[in-house]
Amino acid sequence: MENKASKTGKIYITIVFLLLYIPIVYLILYSFSKGTTMTNFQGFSLKHYGELFADKRMLAIFLNTILIALLSSVCSTIIGTMGALAVHNAKRRHERETLLSLNSILLVSPDVIIGASFLIFFTALKLPLGFWSVLLSHIAFEIPIVLLLVLPRLDEMSPSMTNAAMDLGASPSQILSKIILPYIQPGIIAGFFMAITYSLDDFAVTFFVTGNGFTTLSVEIYSRARQGISLEINALAGIMFIFSLILVGVYYVIETHNTGNGDKKNIVEVTDR
Amino acid sequence: MKKFLAAFIAILAICAGLAYGSNQLTKSTGDTGNKVLNLYNWGDYIDPALLTKFQKETGYHVNVETFDSNEAMYTKIKQGGTSYDITVPSDYMVQKMKADHMLIPLDKSKLKGMNNYGSSFMNKSFDPGNKYSIPYFWGTLGIIYNDQSVKPGSLTHWNQLWSKKYRNDIMLIDSSRDILGFSLISMGHSVNTTNSTELVAAKNKLNRLSPNVKAVVADEIKMYMAEGEAPVAVDWSGEASEMMSQNSHLHYVVPTEGSNMWFDDLAIPKTAKHFKAIYAFLNFMNKPENAAQNAEYIGYSTPNMAAYKLLPKNVRDDKQFYPDQQVLDRLQVYSNLSPQKVQEYNDLYLEFKMHH
Amino acid sequence: MKKNFRGLFFTPYVLWLGMFVIAPVALIFYYSFFDIHHNFTLSNYQEFFTSGTYLTMTANSVLYAFLITLFAILISYPMALVISKLKHRNLWILLIILPTWINLLLKAYAFIGLLSHDGLVNELFQFFGLPVQHMLFTDASFILVAAYIQIPFMILPIFNSLTDISDSYIRASRDLGATKWQTLTKVIIPMTMPGIKSGIQIVFIPSLSLFMLSRLIGGNKVITLGTAVEEHFLTTMNWGMGSTIGVVLIISMVIVMLLTNTKRKRRRA
Repeated sequence: MENKASKTGKIYITIVFLLLYIPIVYLILYSFSKGTTMTNFQGFSLKHYGELFADKRMLAIFLNTILIALLSSVCSTIIGTMGALAVHNAKRRHERETLLSLNSILLVSPDVIIGASFLIFFTALKLPLGFWSVLLSHIAFEIPIVLLLVLPRLDEMSPSMTNAAMDLGASPSQILSKIILPYIQPGIIAGFFMAITYSLDDFAVTFFVTGNGFTTLSVEIYSRARQGISLEINALAGIMFIFSLILVGVYYVIETHNTGNGDKKNIVEVTDR
Repeated sequence: MKKFLAAFIAILAICAGLAYGSNQLTKSTGDTGNKVLNLYNWGDYIDPALLTKFQKETGYHVNVETFDSNEAMYTKIKQGGTSYDITVPSDYMVQKMKADHMLIPLDKSKLKGMNNYGSSFMNKSFDPGNKYSIPYFWGTLGIIYNDQSVKPGSLTHWNQLWSKKYRNDIMLIDSSRDILGFSLISMGHSVNTTNSTELVAAKNKLNRLSPNVKAVVADEIKMYMAEGEAPVAVDWSGEASEMMSQNSHLHYVVPTEGSNMWFDDLAIPKTAKHFKAIYAFLNFMNKPENAAQNAEYIGYSTPNMAAYKLLPKNVRDDKQFYPDQQVLDRLQVYSNLSPQKVQEYNDLYLEFKMHH
Repeated sequence: MKKNFRGLFFTPYVLWLGMFVIAPVALIFYYSFFDIHHNFTLSNYQEFFTSGTYLTMTANSVLYAFLITLFAILISYPMALVISKLKHRNLWILLIILPTWINLLLKAYAFIGLLSHDGLVNELFQFFGLPVQHMLFTDASFILVAAYIQIPFMILPIFNSLTDISDSYIRASRDLGATKWQTLTKVIIPMTMPGIKSGIQIVFIPSLSLFMLSRLIGGNKVITLGTAVEEHFLTTMNWGMGSTIGVVLIISMVIVMLLTNTKRKRRRA
């Protein structure tokens, strides 16, 4: 859109950003505390980072968590996008409504129910619990969110675009890769990132379907609550946060470098209409 | 499309790197694959240094997996698909798992150092003769208060919690048995009562406590009390010791009418496979020096009297966590209730929570 | 698109639906007809719809979920609007998502530290000469923290549909003499309805069964259906009753979906 953000708008988002980041800054700050809890700050110290790097088990758990998050998000983004195409192409209205309702069931069911039923499901199939069962479950509960983020963009895409391409003799796969995918790209990226969020945040489902020594960070954090969560976890969260901040920065530099300036797809859009 | 493909390949490459890294890390912790013990424990509920020591002494690598509640652990083990060798259920859960044939009896001939345990902590109603379980840690239910607002020594009875003095001052631990339990004790009933009239009376009495209740919370109660958010709380001794280490104004008291005594126990679930490792581990944890080291790390009370003697004097003399025999005599242990009674306790408790 | 091409594309998704949606749902329905003694019965449903406890809980859950969603929209819409006008808008939107990667429990503990009696916020208040506020365990703090958690999930779909509006519409609207406000309410908001609906689906429905935050921040003063499900699955192990609540949640979700999806607009066709 051409009109630039107004001054009040900028002040508004600055405030919201501050509020969003205060709790994060707070918990990272405490990872530098000499004390043992997030209550009274007791002077600067790096000891929690020392503990963290000496804790091989925790580091392995951390790597496993990221591995599951990335892998499951890639898979669920692919399947979820296909699902969005399926829903989008549903001919009858009730077909679409049924698909959408089924899709959202995993979003509404409380985690405990999903976890328990997946556990029953996996043990009935005699699938060993561990990495694969966790990966499958994560893919399963991330698909609906991807679909919900991709679908609105598909629905907003004007059919004239695909029709025109078809008239010009484009094959379905060309239509998909040259027209549809570039258009819904922002939805796909959003879906991927949200899938990561769901994966990193999940405790209940992972707890039920894991086994054979495989653990993720969430399960470890929640089960530590009874003994009190040590600031080592804060240190880990801090590192993870800074690391993803750097990643986002790098991604962005590459992105702007590649596409030059401005958004390509807007040009497509304008010429279309 | 090209961009998507590139991103896809990049992510897969990162994943491969992560998998390699986590594999290397697991190897470096000494996981050789065959000489292992799978321990299913509460999070951070054993000194990691002991696990290293155990591996050095016996060669068994301990894989730790964690759970956050007895019931979640029960569901997991009951469903199968796992191979846990040792788990750490609380008292009533030992009884429940035993009744559901989910525990393997201990082979006493392979156990050493069982006489280290104090007689007050053995042969309890949930597992007569300790056929299935060895006590790991124990504790009580009691009242924590902040001496900045409550005069030390002035709060010694459950009934005092109902006093108008403590309006909107009390935090309760979110646990149906414990909350209904102290109400029952304050009325002179058993914490294991199955008499519905007594239970309803206990709930009605709790409803009258509502104006005094600030919040009903779980593990986070430690943080709240340490922060001074409320002056009084009803919680377990283990949690109390944790918060007292953070805030020196806090004190713990077991009311004189009596209270609940809880145990976390080591037990062998039916999923166990590595029996040599299991007995090596149980004997290792029976040793006084190891049990003492663990007690110092966790901060809970140890039932191992030989280990107790090795603890620092200020810990040994702390009557809050190692009370006298006459207090011990007034403590009651939870026994497992039938599913409908558990439901009845929880329904009443839910009604109490919704009352305010 | 051609039939065979479509069929190929639907396979993974349909497989997923069958394995991870239909199967668990069938299981949930099945369990909901059994009581603690594993007898087939309708008593769970009877209890749910006749007991005051569950009906109050349902009413509470709907009310709080509604308020949380409302707050989330009120904060998120302007946020998405402003960000979509920024030069590096994709970067800013990533920065909105980042906080969601920190564990919920850790963030909740941070909030306890911030909002508590001696916490940072109260210290700030005192610095400005304001009286100390009791902020925890109030409905307001519960709703605010829940909205905090949900805002990124609301901003994203709205932002998504905002980036899609081409300048020509806004220019056209202005050329026709519309004020900024008219452009917003008559052009931009209607055009972003699909995004808003997605946002509502992502935020409202999970908010019905929040239990962590209602305990951590709300001190169990707010009891939602999530609290009851948690209890039935993990404390009393009455999976029958827990599943019944699950069924009720699924049905109410379908209703919300039908309400937010009443018309499939083909406005550009």
